[in-house]
Order: sequence, then structure tokens, then C-alpha cells
Amino acid sequence: MINFNLFVLPFFLGLIYVVIAIGKSWYRWVRKLPAIDKVRFISGIRSPGQIFGALKEVFLEGLIHRRMWKQNPLLGYMHMSFALGWFLLIVFGNIESRFYSGTHLNAPYYPIFLKFFIHDRLVIFFEVFSVPGIFRFLMDFLLLFVLSGLVLALIKRQKSNWFGMKRTTAFQLTDIVSLGSLWLIFPMRLLAESYTAGYYGSGGGFLTQPLGNLLVWIVPFRDDFVAYGLWWGYSLVLGIFFITLPYSRYMHIPTEILLIFFRHFGIQPGKWYSSFSDVEVQACSRCGVCIDVCQLNEAGIHDSQAVYFIRGVRDKYVPEEISRKCLVCGRCQEACPVGISTDSLRLIKRRELVSGQASDFSYLAPRPGAASRFDEPPRQGEVAYFAGCMSHLTPSIIRAMKGIMEHAGVSFTHLDADKSICCGRPLKLAGKDRQANELIEFNKKLIRLTGAKTLVTSCPICYRVFREEYNIPIRIQHHTQFILDLVKTGKISFEGDYKKVAYHDPCDLGRGSGVYEAPRDLIGHFAISVPVSQEANKALCCGGSLGMFEASQGQRNTMTAGVLNILLQAQPDVLATACPLCKKTLEKQSPVAVKDIAELVYESLPKTVCCSVSGQSHPAKSYEDELISV
Amino acid sequence: MAKNFGYKILPGESIDFDRNDKLIARYLVEHEPSINLCIGCGSCTATCSTGHFTDFNIRRMHTFILRGETKHIKKEIQKCMFCGKCQLVCPRGVNLRNVILTINRAIEHLG
Repeated sequence: MINFNLFVLPFFLGLIYVVIAIGKSWYRWVRKLPAIDKVRFISGIRSPGQIFGALKEVFLEGLIHRRMWKQNPLLGYMHMSFALGWFLLIVFGNIESRFYSGTHLNAPYYPIFLKFFIHDRLVIFFEVFSVPGIFRFLMDFLLLFVLSGLVLALIKRQKSNWFGMKRTTAFQLTDIVSLGSLWLIFPMRLLAESYTAGYYGSGGGFLTQPLGNLLVWIVPFRDDFVAYGLWWGYSLVLGIFFITLPYSRYMHIPTEILLIFFRHFGIQPGKWYSSFSDVEVQACSRCGVCIDVCQLNEAGIHDSQAVYFIRGVRDKYVPEEISRKCLVCGRCQEACPVGISTDSLRLIKRRELVSGQASDFSYLAPRPGAASRFDEPPRQGEVAYFAGCMSHLTPSIIRAMKGIMEHAGVSFTHLDADKSICCGRPLKLAGKDRQANELIEFNKKLIRLTGAKTLVTSCPICYRVFREEYNIPIRIQHHTQFILDLVKTGKISFEGDYKKVAYHDPCDLGRGSGVYEAPRDLIGHFAISVPVSQEANKALCCGGSLGMFEASQGQRNTMTAGVLNILLQAQPDVLATACPLCKKTLEKQSPVAVKDIAELVYESLPKTVCCSVSGQSHPAKSYEDELISV
Repeated sequence: MAKNFGYKILPGESIDFDRNDKLIARYLVEHEPSINLCIGCGSCTATCSTGHFTDFNIRRMHTFILRGETKHIKKEIQKCMFCGKCQLVCPRGVNLRNVILTINRAIEHLG
């Protein structure tokens, strides 16, 4: 018997088409990689370890949808039932078909339409003690598993708020066709298999046999014409899904697989738009998880969230202001189930926009005969302290840091005591990397002059760029890490009054640099941390972000009010933060005091050794110096 | 900053409002309308990081742009380090970093 029928053609041709289309895209993306990344790719596919790691992640993310589960269990189950369910149907279907065909090579359509070609009359309904019986049971069970996900998907379309999603993305025409055919695949399979089982009176499992018997009973005429119609329908929806897939959002499925391999081979987003960026853009599933986590919603901005921005990039048209209308806080990147580097993509577009603009920092060049632009070269010291521009607007942080270092007996030099050169990150956030690099060179020279072993900064914005871009052979610490080290080595101790403190994670320190624990450990030494409902990697941006260019002060204030609501839920006595910009932004509206951790530490130092906060004796002088210089 | 403090005799000049090039001013108001909130208090200029090193003066540049005297603005604006202190001290909430960026763009687009 030849196992072929005309109705397999839509499926078979669709399958050939989609395999070629995906293969072509993958090949194009790999070929267009920058040379260095191509080398990484080639050495990656030769390394079994990296391949295994990538396959493991493909399994965990592509089939189980682990990140989605963490984000939202209901959505996680929905995606898992579709992906894992379908995958297992294919795997078990293939094994089952081998059992009947007895050969190693089957036509690709044979397992898919197995129940049409084979009516195993020996298998009786709900038989699980024979090999075919177990397969029959498994296949029905998996079909039910997929269908349960489909029911969830249908509910989600109508009532997305039941899934905890406030907003979701709109569809384009190909998406609707593709989604419609995807949704029809499994009900059609159920109907076709069931009717066939009912028609022959045997061969179905616990789901298909009773349903088939029912169908045969309901349908007034008993004819194999009905069965053919159902199998044709099943094949057609499969074919339509496959043919529309490369042009719809479902292209994200094969693209994400390639993206996972790229990441495991050590390929990272570059400074400019590359093939890797293209893969990231295409791997976006438009799920819209990034919309709900974005704080711009609160400010009434609804056109610039990551998914819309990426849509613009994909369609090769991003309105200029959309690129600049973003806090670059990294919340969307943290929430993205595909792990797309949304911030990097945004900065790439900003770079493209300003590539024609020049800068002139010649005024920073050393004066003739001097080592630096400054009248006096920086003092030598084991620690170089860089307060950062923002800290100059909050001199209490600088005063506290100086007091702490003097108390601990650390010999330090204050790099920007008088005139500060910006660290360069604000320029980078504007896309002006070339210009930022000029500032970086000036600062590096200054840092080198101090001969310090540790560079301490009070500003997370500076901290991030020091770590990521400076490439200096010197220890770089944010002041929370530095003070924690002082505590651990016993150089400072506390007379804590154990106030209730709520800690606000600065974006560039937390998500940007991964420093979550040092500030919390430090607070634990002299105060009681109260929980904040959105903290650590889920922390909110204070609203003052330097990454944002297109928000009005009013919109920023709205976002700040939202953050304060969250921070004040547990009614803390003090709000602590570790960033001068966050402090400056939050204290404009906060009903309770907003203090940098350095200030809290300074206040909690033993009073016998150091002055009390109100009656400053020694550090008061440096504070005045500070005011004069600021 | 010190050398501009107080008064000094300025070279004679005449400003022809009808003939001066106000394109940058118009572009700026269109793309960053918050500049209209400026009351010219000069807080931005007082806190400016670049202003510590040079006589870079945002307030003065704004005046020049409004008058349409934009010749030397094109070089001057490139000195900005974008640190954002000006924006934080502005009592009127002018979106100053974007003002500078918009002036940059205006110069690029309008020549």
C-alpha cells in the first residue's frame, strides 16, 4: 500500500517552504556577522560544550519557557503547552510511525497523518498495556495538553487582564492569518483523528475514540467524504501556517533559537547595528511584556516602549524622538522573555542619529608645561575618590564620604574636588560615543596621575562607565562596596539607631552593574531594611534618568510620585539610595528624608570619635570648602 | 567665569531682527518647547561643569539664538559635556540636555 494521498501536499509543500525560508535567513544572518563574531561563531560550532549549553537553553527557553514561567505562570503554561506539547507530538508521532512502517526512513508527512494511513484495529479503546496502546494514549494526552493551551490563548485574547497583562500589542494582517491557522491546527487534528477513529469504530485513544463515536453519531451521513474533508482541512491549516510563518511574528521562534546559539558562542551586541542586532529584532515575539513593566505608561507615554521601538527598527522606520524617549533603566530588558538587549538597541539608534555631530573638548587639554588641565596635579593616595557631577549637587554625600575616609584613616585624593570632568556616560546615553571617549581619555590620564590602587565613586552612572569603558588596571568600587570593605576590615564600626530604612536601587548600580547586595549588607549594620514591593532587579527608576531626553519635567514628576508610592508602602523613617541623581530626584517630592547610604553611615559612626551630625567640628570645614568649590 | 563678571565695554554692534537667521530658534521651540519656560535666571550657567573650565554660557547662548546671532554658537555648543546638572537645578523644568541636543541637530540639519 502506498501511503500517499493528495491532501498531504499543502502540508508537505508548506514544510519544504518554511525549512528553506528559515535556512536562508539563518545563513544570511551568520554570513553578515562582523568578522570577529564570525570567528566566534565558527569556534562555537566546533565546541561541544557551547553547543550543549545552547541546546540546553533552547530546551529550557524555547520549549519549557522558563523565563516566561518566572514572569507569569499562566503565560508560561500557555506557551509551554504549545511548544513542548507540539514538539513531543512530533517526537512521539515519529516513533509511533516507525513502529508501523518498520523502516528507518519515512516520508515527512507520514507521521503527521498516521491515523489516516493506519487504522490499528488491534488497539482497543483505552488500552495501555501494549506498545501501540501506550502511544495511542500518549498522543491523545499530548493533544489534550496542547488544546488546553489553546483554550488559555483564546481566553487571553478576550480577557488579557486575567493573565495580569494590562496592555498587549496589536496584530498585522500576516499575524492574523498565521495565528488563525495556528489555532486551527490542533482542533482540526482532533476532529480528523476522531472522525476517522469513529468511522472505523476503533483505533482511537481515550480522547479521540469517544469523540469520534459521537461525531459519527451526530453527522447524519456516514461517508469517508467527511473524513477526507477534515484531513484536507488539517493539512491546509498546517500549510498556511508554514507559508505565513516567515512573514509573521512567529518568525521569532526559529530566530530565537539562532539568537540563543549566538549568545552561547559569546557574540554580543556591538556599538553599531549588526547582523546580531537584526537577529535580536526578529527574535522579538511582540508579547508585550515590556509594555506593562515600562514606567513611561505612568507619564502618559504609550508609543515608545521597547516592543514599539523594535517594531520601528524592524520596519526600518524609527521616528527620531522614539529613540530618545526612553529612560534606559533596563526594566524591559530584565523582563524580556527572549532576553533581547533593548537598551543596547536603543543606544545603537541614538548613535546613528548623532553620528554627524562634532565636539570640542580642547579646553580640557593640559596647559603648556603642566601634567593636566588643573593648576595643581592631583595628590597621591591609595584611594582616588571621584564624586561625579551629580554629587556636586548633593554636597552632603561628598562631605559624608570624606568624613568616613578620614575616620577610617584612608589616604585619599579627591579627583574632582574643584573642577569635575564628566565621566562620559551622559554623552554615551545621547549616542555620542566618540565624544565620550575624549572625556574618558582625559579622566584616565588624571586617574593614572594619582597612582591610586582603588577608584571609588559616589555616582552609579560614573561607576558603570568606569567599569565598562575605562579599561584601567585599578580596582573600581562604588562607595557602598568601598564602605562595606571598610566595615569588614574593622576600620569603621557603628552606633546604629536602627531606623526603618527603605532602599531604592539605582538603575545603573543594580540592573546596570549587578550591585544589589553591598548596599543592603551595609544598611543591615546600622538600620533595619524594610521590604519594598519592587526591588533589586525589578526596582523602579526614580524618574530623573539621564537616558531620557524627551520627557517634560511634569512627566518626570509623575514617574517619581509613582516610585515614592512604592517605596513608602512600609512606612520607613528614611529613604536610602546610593545615587546622587536618585536622591536629588526623590527628595523633591518625598515626605520623608532621602539620604545616600554614605550619609547614613556617616551619621551612624561612633559619636565619640567623630563629631555629631548637628555640631560638626572637623568635617564642617571641609563642607565649607566643598560649598565654595561647588 | 570671573573674567565676564561685572561690567565691561562691549564692542559696538547692531542687531537686525528682520535679517538675522532665526531658523535655529524656531527649530528649537518646535522640537523642545520647554525652552519657552526659561526665565533667564542663569542657574544652568552657574552650575555648568563646562563653565568651570571655559566661559561656556548656556544662558547667553540662548539669548544669541533668540536674536538669531548663531555664527559662533555652532562651535560653542560642542563644548557641552552633557552631564545634566543644568537640568537638575533649573527652577522652571526646562529639558536642558535635550535643548543642547536639539541645537546640535538644528545646526546639523539647517547648516
